[in-house]
Amino acid sequence: MTKITYIAHDGSKFEVEAENGSTVMENAIRNAVPGIEAECGGACACATCHVYVDEAWAEAVGEPEPMEEDMLDFAYDVRPSSRLSCQIKVRDELDGLVVRVPERQA
Amino acid sequence: MTKKTDVIIIGAGPVGLFAVFELGLLDLKCHLIDILDRPGGQCAELYPEKPIYDIPAWPSISAQGLVDKLMEQIAPFHPEFTFNRMVSSLEKLEDGGYRVTTDEGETIEAKGIVIAAGGGSFQPKRPPMPGIEAYEGKSVFYSVRRMEDFRGHDLLIVGGGDSALDWTLNLQPIANSLTLVHRRPEFRAAPDSVNKMYALHERKELGFEVGQVTALTGTDGQLESATVKGPDGPVEIRCTRLLPFFGLTMKLGPIAEWGLNLHENLIPVDTEKFETSIPGVFAIGDINWYPGKLKLILSGFHEAALMAQAAKRIANPGERIVFQYTTSSTNLQKKLGVA
Repeated sequence: MTKITYIAHDGSKFEVEAENGSTVMENAIRNAVPGIEAECGGACACATCHVYVDEAWAEAVGEPEPMEEDMLDFAYDVRPSSRLSCQIKVRDELDGLVVRVPERQA
Repeated sequence: MTKKTDVIIIGAGPVGLFAVFELGLLDLKCHLIDILDRPGGQCAELYPEKPIYDIPAWPSISAQGLVDKLMEQIAPFHPEFTFNRMVSSLEKLEDGGYRVTTDEGETIEAKGIVIAAGGGSFQPKRPPMPGIEAYEGKSVFYSVRRMEDFRGHDLLIVGGGDSALDWTLNLQPIANSLTLVHRRPEFRAAPDSVNKMYALHERKELGFEVGQVTALTGTDGQLESATVKGPDGPVEIRCTRLLPFFGLTMKLGPIAEWGLNLHENLIPVDTEKFETSIPGVFAIGDINWYPGKLKLILSGFHEAALMAQAAKRIANPGERIVFQYTTSSTNLQKKLGVA
Protein backbone atom coordinates (compact mmCIF):
# COMPACT_ATOMS: atom_id res chain seq x y z
CA MET A 1 0.00 0.00 0.00
CA THR A 2 1.14 3.51 -0.77
CA LYS A 3 0.37 6.48 1.42
CA ILE A 4 -1.11 9.59 -0.18
CA THR A 5 -1.94 12.81 1.64
CA TYR A 6 -4.56 15.12 0.18
CA ILE A 7 -4.67 18.65 1.53
CA ALA A 8 -8.09 20.20 0.94
CA HIS A 9 -8.41 23.90 0.14
CA ASP A 10 -9.35 24.67 3.75
CA GLY A 11 -6.14 23.00 4.94
CA SER A 12 -7.70 19.80 6.25
CA LYS A 13 -5.60 16.70 5.64
CA PHE A 14 -6.75 13.34 4.35
CA GLU A 15 -4.30 10.47 4.64
CA VAL A 16 -5.14 7.53 2.49
CA GLU A 17 -3.68 4.07 1.93
CA ALA A 18 -3.83 3.54 -1.81
CA GLU A 19 -3.40 0.43 -3.85
CA ASN A 20 -0.71 0.47 -6.52
CA GLY A 21 -2.15 0.72 -10.01
CA SER A 22 -5.16 2.75 -8.91
CA THR A 23 -5.24 6.48 -9.66
CA VAL A 24 -4.84 9.39 -7.27
CA MET A 25 -8.33 10.52 -8.35
CA GLU A 26 -9.96 7.16 -7.57
CA ASN A 27 -8.54 7.19 -4.06
CA ALA A 28 -9.79 10.73 -3.47
CA ILE A 29 -13.32 9.77 -4.54
CA ARG A 30 -13.27 6.52 -2.55
CA ASN A 31 -12.25 8.46 0.55
CA ALA A 32 -14.56 11.42 -0.06
CA VAL A 33 -11.82 14.03 -0.29
CA PRO A 34 -13.68 17.31 -0.79
CA GLY A 35 -13.02 19.35 -3.93
CA ILE A 36 -12.27 16.50 -6.33
CA GLU A 37 -15.24 16.10 -8.64
CA ALA A 38 -14.06 13.80 -11.45
CA GLU A 39 -17.18 14.48 -13.50
CA CYS A 40 -16.10 12.27 -16.40
CA GLY A 41 -15.10 9.35 -14.23
CA GLY A 42 -11.43 9.28 -15.13
CA ALA A 43 -11.50 9.52 -18.92
CA CYS A 44 -9.20 12.57 -18.95
CA ALA A 45 -12.12 14.45 -20.45
CA CYS A 46 -13.19 17.10 -17.96
CA ALA A 47 -10.41 18.63 -15.83
CA THR A 48 -12.45 18.42 -12.61
CA CYS A 49 -9.95 16.28 -10.67
CA HIS A 50 -7.26 18.96 -10.84
CA VAL A 51 -4.62 18.90 -8.06
CA TYR A 52 -1.33 20.63 -7.30
CA VAL A 53 1.50 18.19 -6.70
CA ASP A 54 3.68 19.15 -3.74
CA GLU A 55 7.04 20.51 -4.94
CA ALA A 56 9.01 17.77 -3.24
CA TRP A 57 7.08 15.20 -5.32
CA ALA A 58 7.11 16.97 -8.68
CA GLU A 59 9.97 14.91 -10.09
CA ALA A 60 8.70 11.54 -8.89
CA VAL A 61 5.22 12.20 -10.27
CA GLY A 62 6.53 13.45 -13.59
CA GLU A 63 5.12 15.60 -16.37
CA PRO A 64 1.63 15.35 -17.86
CA GLU A 65 1.14 13.65 -21.23
CA PRO A 66 0.08 15.98 -24.09
CA MET A 67 -3.57 14.90 -23.80
CA GLU A 68 -3.63 15.75 -20.11
CA GLU A 69 -1.86 19.05 -20.79
CA ASP A 70 -4.61 19.85 -23.32
CA MET A 71 -7.29 19.08 -20.77
CA LEU A 72 -5.57 21.22 -18.15
CA ASP A 73 -6.45 24.22 -20.34
CA PHE A 74 -9.96 23.90 -18.92
CA ALA A 75 -8.91 23.83 -15.27
CA TYR A 76 -9.07 26.72 -12.82
CA ASP A 77 -5.88 28.50 -11.74
CA VAL A 78 -3.41 26.23 -13.49
CA ARG A 79 0.14 26.29 -12.12
CA PRO A 80 3.36 24.52 -13.09
CA SER A 81 2.58 21.88 -10.43
CA SER A 82 -0.91 21.22 -11.84
CA ARG A 83 -1.91 17.67 -12.72
CA LEU A 84 -5.16 15.82 -13.31
CA SER A 85 -5.29 13.27 -10.53
CA CYS A 86 -7.00 10.67 -12.75
CA GLN A 87 -3.78 10.50 -14.76
CA ILE A 88 -1.44 9.84 -11.82
CA LYS A 89 -1.08 6.12 -11.19
CA VAL A 90 -0.19 5.07 -7.65
CA ARG A 91 3.13 3.20 -7.43
CA ASP A 92 5.82 2.43 -4.84
CA GLU A 93 7.91 5.50 -5.67
CA LEU A 94 4.98 7.73 -4.74
CA ASP A 95 4.74 6.45 -1.14
CA GLY A 96 4.20 9.60 0.94
CA LEU A 97 2.90 11.71 -1.99
CA VAL A 98 1.30 15.01 -1.05
CA VAL A 99 -1.21 16.75 -3.34
CA ARG A 100 -3.24 19.89 -2.75
CA VAL A 101 -6.81 20.45 -3.92
CA PRO A 102 -7.39 23.81 -5.65
CA GLU A 103 -9.90 26.40 -4.49
CA ARG A 104 -12.38 25.04 -6.99
CA GLN A 105 -12.61 22.81 -10.01
CA ALA A 106 -13.40 24.53 -13.31
CA MET B 1 -45.29 24.54 -38.67
CA THR B 2 -45.60 22.09 -35.84
CA LYS B 3 -44.16 18.65 -36.55
CA LYS B 4 -45.89 15.58 -35.17
CA THR B 5 -44.46 12.26 -34.15
CA ASP B 6 -45.23 9.45 -31.72
CA VAL B 7 -42.43 9.96 -29.23
CA ILE B 8 -39.99 12.81 -28.72
CA ILE B 9 -36.67 11.76 -27.24
CA ILE B 10 -34.69 14.51 -25.58
CA GLY B 11 -31.03 13.59 -25.89
CA ALA B 12 -29.38 11.54 -28.64
CA GLY B 13 -26.83 9.73 -26.50
CA PRO B 14 -26.52 5.93 -26.53
CA VAL B 15 -29.62 5.39 -24.39
CA GLY B 16 -31.78 7.82 -26.40
CA LEU B 17 -30.64 6.07 -29.58
CA PHE B 18 -31.44 2.60 -28.27
CA ALA B 19 -34.89 3.82 -27.20
CA VAL B 20 -35.60 4.38 -30.92
CA PHE B 21 -35.03 0.66 -31.42
CA GLU B 22 -37.29 -0.51 -28.61
CA LEU B 23 -40.04 1.99 -29.49
CA GLY B 24 -39.62 1.17 -33.18
CA LEU B 25 -40.30 -2.53 -32.58
CA LEU B 26 -43.62 -1.37 -31.12
CA ASP B 27 -44.32 0.77 -34.22
CA LEU B 28 -43.68 4.10 -32.53
CA LYS B 29 -41.92 6.78 -34.60
CA CYS B 30 -39.31 8.86 -32.82
CA HIS B 31 -37.90 12.34 -33.13
CA LEU B 32 -34.69 13.06 -31.22
CA ILE B 33 -33.51 16.51 -30.17
CA ASP B 34 -29.96 17.18 -29.01
CA ILE B 35 -27.89 20.25 -28.24
CA LEU B 36 -24.82 18.76 -29.93
CA ASP B 37 -24.41 18.76 -33.70
CA ARG B 38 -24.33 14.96 -34.00
CA PRO B 39 -25.60 11.83 -32.26
CA GLY B 40 -23.75 10.14 -29.40
CA GLY B 41 -23.96 12.52 -26.44
CA GLN B 42 -21.09 12.17 -23.98
CA CYS B 43 -19.72 9.18 -25.92
CA ALA B 44 -19.21 11.37 -28.98
CA GLU B 45 -18.34 14.61 -27.24
CA LEU B 46 -16.23 13.60 -24.25
CA TYR B 47 -14.48 10.35 -25.02
CA PRO B 48 -15.08 9.09 -28.60
CA GLU B 49 -11.82 7.15 -28.75
CA LYS B 50 -11.95 5.63 -25.27
CA PRO B 51 -12.78 1.95 -25.07
CA ILE B 52 -15.86 0.82 -23.11
CA TYR B 53 -15.55 -2.66 -21.57
CA ASP B 54 -18.99 -3.29 -20.07
CA ILE B 55 -21.29 -3.41 -23.09
CA PRO B 56 -22.61 -6.98 -23.14
CA ALA B 57 -20.97 -9.10 -25.86
CA TRP B 58 -18.48 -6.34 -26.74
CA PRO B 59 -15.31 -7.11 -24.77
CA SER B 60 -14.07 -3.70 -25.89
CA ILE B 61 -15.69 -1.07 -28.09
CA SER B 62 -14.78 2.59 -28.57
CA ALA B 63 -17.42 5.10 -27.51
CA GLN B 64 -17.75 6.37 -31.08
CA GLY B 65 -17.86 2.77 -32.30
CA LEU B 66 -20.80 2.11 -30.00
CA VAL B 67 -22.63 5.19 -31.31
CA ASP B 68 -21.98 4.14 -34.92
CA LYS B 69 -23.34 0.64 -34.21
CA LEU B 70 -26.44 2.05 -32.51
CA MET B 71 -27.08 4.33 -35.49
CA GLU B 72 -26.82 1.27 -37.74
CA GLN B 73 -29.16 -0.70 -35.49
CA ILE B 74 -31.89 1.98 -35.46
CA ALA B 75 -31.61 2.90 -39.16
CA PRO B 76 -34.60 0.66 -40.14
CA PHE B 77 -36.85 2.86 -37.98
CA HIS B 78 -35.86 6.12 -39.73
CA PRO B 79 -35.72 8.33 -36.65
CA GLU B 80 -35.74 12.07 -37.20
CA PHE B 81 -33.09 14.25 -35.60
CA THR B 82 -32.99 17.91 -34.66
CA PHE B 83 -29.44 18.83 -33.70
CA ASN B 84 -27.96 22.01 -32.21
CA ARG B 85 -31.13 22.63 -30.26
CA MET B 86 -32.03 22.62 -26.59
CA VAL B 87 -35.60 21.83 -25.59
CA SER B 88 -36.65 24.88 -23.65
CA SER B 89 -40.24 24.05 -22.71
CA LEU B 90 -42.66 21.18 -22.40
CA GLU B 91 -46.45 21.63 -22.31
CA LYS B 92 -49.31 19.21 -21.96
CA LEU B 93 -51.93 19.43 -24.69
CA GLU B 94 -55.66 19.02 -24.25
CA ASP B 95 -55.70 15.83 -26.34
CA GLY B 96 -53.36 14.24 -23.79
CA GLY B 97 -50.20 14.69 -25.87
CA TYR B 98 -47.27 16.98 -25.39
CA ARG B 99 -45.64 19.85 -27.23
CA VAL B 100 -41.98 20.74 -26.87
CA THR B 101 -40.44 24.00 -27.99
CA THR B 102 -36.76 24.38 -28.81
CA ASP B 103 -34.56 27.36 -27.98
CA GLU B 104 -34.99 28.43 -31.62
CA GLY B 105 -38.76 28.37 -31.34
CA GLU B 106 -39.48 25.17 -33.31
CA THR B 107 -42.36 23.10 -31.97
CA ILE B 108 -42.88 19.35 -32.11
CA GLU B 109 -45.86 17.41 -30.75
CA ALA B 110 -45.97 13.82 -29.63
CA LYS B 111 -47.97 11.33 -27.62
CA GLY B 112 -45.12 10.66 -25.22
CA ILE B 113 -41.87 12.24 -24.11
CA VAL B 114 -38.65 10.44 -23.21
CA ILE B 115 -36.00 12.41 -21.37
CA ALA B 116 -32.67 10.72 -22.09
CA ALA B 117 -30.57 13.78 -21.42
CA GLY B 118 -27.72 12.12 -19.50
CA GLY B 119 -25.85 14.65 -17.39
CA GLY B 120 -27.92 17.45 -18.90
CA SER B 121 -27.27 19.58 -21.91
CA PHE B 122 -23.79 20.55 -22.95
CA GLN B 123 -23.22 24.23 -22.44
CA PRO B 124 -20.10 26.40 -22.76
CA LYS B 125 -17.99 26.33 -19.65
CA ARG B 126 -17.78 29.65 -17.83
CA PRO B 127 -14.10 30.46 -17.45
CA PRO B 128 -12.73 31.23 -14.00
CA MET B 129 -12.64 35.04 -14.40
CA PRO B 130 -14.03 36.97 -11.44
CA GLY B 131 -17.16 39.00 -12.23
CA ILE B 132 -17.55 37.63 -15.78
CA GLU B 133 -21.32 37.13 -15.25
CA ALA B 134 -21.89 40.89 -15.43
CA TYR B 135 -20.55 41.04 -18.98
CA GLU B 136 -22.21 37.91 -20.39
CA GLY B 137 -24.51 38.59 -23.32
CA LYS B 138 -23.34 42.22 -23.49
CA SER B 139 -19.63 42.08 -24.25
CA VAL B 140 -18.72 38.49 -23.35
CA PHE B 141 -20.01 35.77 -25.70
CA TYR B 142 -19.48 32.02 -25.71
CA SER B 143 -20.27 31.53 -29.38
CA VAL B 144 -20.36 33.56 -32.57
CA ARG B 145 -23.85 33.61 -34.05
CA ARG B 146 -23.22 36.53 -36.42
CA MET B 147 -19.69 37.58 -37.33
CA GLU B 148 -20.91 41.12 -38.08
CA ASP B 149 -21.58 41.67 -34.37
CA PHE B 150 -17.82 41.63 -33.86
CA ARG B 151 -16.84 43.97 -36.68
CA GLY B 152 -14.73 46.94 -35.63
CA HIS B 153 -14.30 45.67 -32.06
CA ASP B 154 -11.17 45.13 -30.04
CA LEU B 155 -11.47 41.38 -29.61
CA LEU B 156 -9.98 39.17 -26.96
CA ILE B 157 -10.21 35.44 -27.63
CA VAL B 158 -9.17 33.00 -24.92
CA GLY B 159 -8.51 29.30 -25.42
CA GLY B 160 -6.31 26.83 -27.24
CA GLY B 161 -8.64 24.54 -29.15
CA ASP B 162 -10.15 24.63 -32.61
CA SER B 163 -12.97 27.01 -31.69
CA ALA B 164 -10.53 29.58 -30.33
CA LEU B 165 -8.19 29.31 -33.30
CA ASP B 166 -10.91 29.17 -35.97
CA TRP B 167 -12.62 32.28 -34.65
CA THR B 168 -9.29 34.04 -34.27
CA LEU B 169 -8.60 33.46 -37.98
CA ASN B 170 -12.17 34.25 -39.10
CA LEU B 171 -12.66 37.40 -37.05
CA GLN B 172 -9.16 38.88 -37.40
CA PRO B 173 -9.92 40.51 -40.81
CA ILE B 174 -13.01 42.37 -39.52
CA ALA B 175 -11.89 43.23 -35.99
CA ASN B 176 -10.31 46.55 -35.09
CA SER B 177 -7.74 44.58 -33.12
CA LEU B 178 -7.56 40.97 -31.97
CA THR B 179 -5.58 39.36 -29.18
CA LEU B 180 -5.47 35.64 -28.54
CA VAL B 181 -4.66 34.47 -25.02
CA HIS B 182 -3.71 30.90 -24.20
CA ARG B 183 -2.14 29.34 -21.12
CA ARG B 184 0.84 27.96 -23.07
CA PRO B 185 2.44 28.28 -26.51
CA GLU B 186 1.20 24.78 -27.56
CA PHE B 187 -2.33 24.39 -28.90
CA ARG B 188 -4.86 21.58 -29.18
CA ALA B 189 -6.12 23.02 -32.46
CA ALA B 190 -5.34 21.84 -36.00
CA PRO B 191 -1.64 22.56 -36.71
CA ASP B 192 -2.55 24.44 -39.89
CA SER B 193 -4.65 26.97 -37.95
CA VAL B 194 -1.91 27.36 -35.37
CA ASN B 195 0.65 28.09 -38.10
CA LYS B 196 -1.66 30.65 -39.68
CA MET B 197 -2.15 32.33 -36.32
CA TYR B 198 1.60 32.51 -35.66
CA ALA B 199 2.15 33.93 -39.19
CA LEU B 200 -0.39 36.71 -38.50
CA HIS B 201 1.26 37.34 -35.18
CA GLU B 202 4.66 37.66 -36.84
CA ARG B 203 3.24 40.24 -39.26
CA LYS B 204 1.87 42.03 -36.18
CA GLU B 205 -1.70 41.62 -37.46
CA LEU B 206 -2.83 40.11 -34.19
CA GLY B 207 -1.64 39.91 -30.62
CA PHE B 208 -0.82 36.68 -28.84
CA GLU B 209 -0.22 36.45 -25.10
CA VAL B 210 0.70 33.38 -23.08
CA GLY B 211 -1.10 33.46 -19.76
CA GLN B 212 -4.43 33.31 -17.95
CA VAL B 213 -7.01 36.08 -17.72
CA THR B 214 -7.24 37.06 -14.04
CA ALA B 215 -9.39 40.19 -14.08
CA LEU B 216 -11.90 42.06 -16.24
CA THR B 217 -12.53 45.81 -16.15
CA GLY B 218 -15.50 47.69 -17.56
CA THR B 219 -18.75 49.45 -16.74
CA ASP B 220 -22.40 48.42 -17.12
CA GLY B 221 -21.52 45.14 -18.77
CA GLN B 222 -19.30 46.82 -21.36
CA LEU B 223 -15.81 45.41 -21.23
CA GLU B 224 -12.88 47.83 -21.43
CA SER B 225 -9.85 45.73 -20.63
CA ALA B 226 -8.60 42.41 -19.30
CA THR B 227 -5.60 41.55 -17.17
CA VAL B 228 -3.55 38.63 -18.38
CA LYS B 229 -1.11 37.04 -15.96
CA GLY B 230 1.74 35.58 -17.96
CA PRO B 231 5.25 34.35 -17.23
CA ASP B 232 6.56 37.95 -17.22
CA GLY B 233 3.90 39.34 -14.92
CA PRO B 234 0.50 40.90 -15.59
CA VAL B 235 -0.34 42.60 -18.90
CA GLU B 236 -3.35 44.86 -19.46
CA ILE B 237 -5.14 44.28 -22.77
CA ARG B 238 -7.71 46.73 -24.14
CA CYS B 239 -10.79 44.91 -25.40
CA THR B 240 -14.47 45.56 -26.07
CA ARG B 241 -15.51 41.98 -26.77
CA LEU B 242 -14.35 38.77 -25.12
CA LEU B 243 -14.86 35.27 -26.53
CA PRO B 244 -13.77 32.57 -24.06
CA PHE B 245 -13.57 29.00 -25.38
CA PHE B 246 -13.15 26.71 -22.38
CA GLY B 247 -14.99 23.66 -23.62
CA LEU B 248 -18.35 22.32 -22.56
CA THR B 249 -19.91 21.28 -19.31
CA MET B 250 -23.24 19.61 -18.60
CA LYS B 251 -26.15 21.42 -16.96
CA LEU B 252 -29.66 20.19 -16.30
CA GLY B 253 -30.94 23.40 -17.90
CA PRO B 254 -34.62 24.14 -18.57
CA ILE B 255 -35.70 20.58 -17.59
CA ALA B 256 -35.56 21.84 -14.00
CA GLU B 257 -38.46 24.18 -14.75
CA TRP B 258 -40.89 21.67 -16.23
CA GLY B 259 -42.56 20.87 -12.94
CA LEU B 260 -41.02 17.41 -12.61
CA ASN B 261 -40.11 16.13 -9.18
CA LEU B 262 -36.32 16.18 -8.87
CA HIS B 263 -33.87 14.37 -6.62
CA GLU B 264 -30.51 16.16 -6.52
CA ASN B 265 -30.80 17.26 -10.16
CA LEU B 266 -31.93 13.79 -11.23
CA ILE B 267 -35.44 12.75 -12.20
CA PRO B 268 -37.00 10.08 -9.96
CA VAL B 269 -38.82 7.34 -11.87
CA ASP B 270 -40.50 4.05 -11.04
CA THR B 271 -38.72 0.88 -12.11
CA GLU B 272 -41.64 -0.64 -13.97
CA LYS B 273 -42.27 2.08 -16.53
CA PHE B 274 -39.48 4.59 -15.89
CA GLU B 275 -42.15 7.24 -15.81
CA THR B 276 -41.57 10.60 -14.10
CA SER B 277 -44.00 12.44 -11.83
CA ILE B 278 -45.77 13.60 -15.02
CA PRO B 279 -47.68 10.73 -16.71
CA GLY B 280 -46.52 10.15 -20.28
CA VAL B 281 -43.12 11.70 -19.58
CA PHE B 282 -40.42 9.09 -19.12
CA ALA B 283 -36.77 9.44 -18.06
CA ILE B 284 -34.09 6.88 -18.91
CA GLY B 285 -30.32 6.68 -18.65
CA ASP B 286 -28.02 8.79 -16.49
CA ILE B 287 -30.61 11.49 -15.85
CA ASN B 288 -33.04 9.31 -13.88
CA TRP B 289 -32.91 8.08 -10.33
CA TYR B 290 -34.42 5.13 -8.48
CA PRO B 291 -33.18 3.04 -5.55
CA GLY B 292 -30.15 1.07 -6.70
CA LYS B 293 -29.64 3.17 -9.83
CA LEU B 294 -26.32 2.62 -11.61
CA LYS B 295 -25.23 5.12 -14.24
CA LEU B 296 -24.29 2.50 -16.80
CA ILE B 297 -25.10 2.46 -20.50
CA LEU B 298 -26.34 -1.11 -20.14
CA SER B 299 -28.80 -0.07 -17.41
CA GLY B 300 -30.07 2.65 -19.72
CA PHE B 301 -30.69 0.06 -22.45
CA HIS B 302 -32.77 -2.04 -20.06
CA GLU B 303 -34.70 1.04 -18.97
CA ALA B 304 -35.41 1.87 -22.63
CA ALA B 305 -36.95 -1.56 -23.23
CA LEU B 306 -39.31 -1.35 -20.25
CA MET B 307 -40.17 2.28 -20.90
CA ALA B 308 -41.15 1.41 -24.48
CA GLN B 309 -43.89 -0.96 -23.26
CA ALA B 310 -45.40 1.78 -21.13
CA ALA B 311 -45.05 4.41 -23.86
CA LYS B 312 -46.86 2.07 -26.27
CA ARG B 313 -49.83 1.82 -23.91
CA ILE B 314 -50.03 5.60 -23.79
CA ALA B 315 -49.60 6.11 -27.53
CA ASN B 316 -52.04 3.38 -28.58
CA PRO B 317 -54.34 2.77 -25.61
CA GLY B 318 -56.26 -0.47 -25.70
CA GLU B 319 -54.01 -2.07 -28.28
CA ARG B 320 -52.81 -5.50 -27.21
CA ILE B 321 -49.01 -5.76 -26.95
CA VAL B 322 -47.73 -9.16 -27.98
CA PHE B 323 -44.35 -9.98 -26.54
CA GLN B 324 -42.05 -11.19 -29.33
CA TYR B 325 -38.42 -12.10 -29.93
CA THR B 326 -36.49 -10.58 -32.83
CA THR B 327 -34.91 -14.00 -33.39
CA SER B 328 -38.19 -15.72 -34.22
CA SER B 329 -40.85 -13.14 -35.00
CA THR B 330 -41.37 -12.51 -38.72
CA ASN B 331 -43.38 -9.47 -37.76
CA LEU B 332 -40.43 -7.87 -35.94
CA GLN B 333 -38.02 -9.00 -38.64
CA LYS B 334 -40.13 -7.18 -41.25
CA LYS B 335 -39.82 -4.00 -39.23
CA LEU B 336 -36.07 -4.50 -39.13
CA GLY B 337 -36.03 -5.05 -42.89
CA VAL B 338 -34.54 -8.55 -42.65
CA ALA B 339 -37.56 -10.70 -43.46
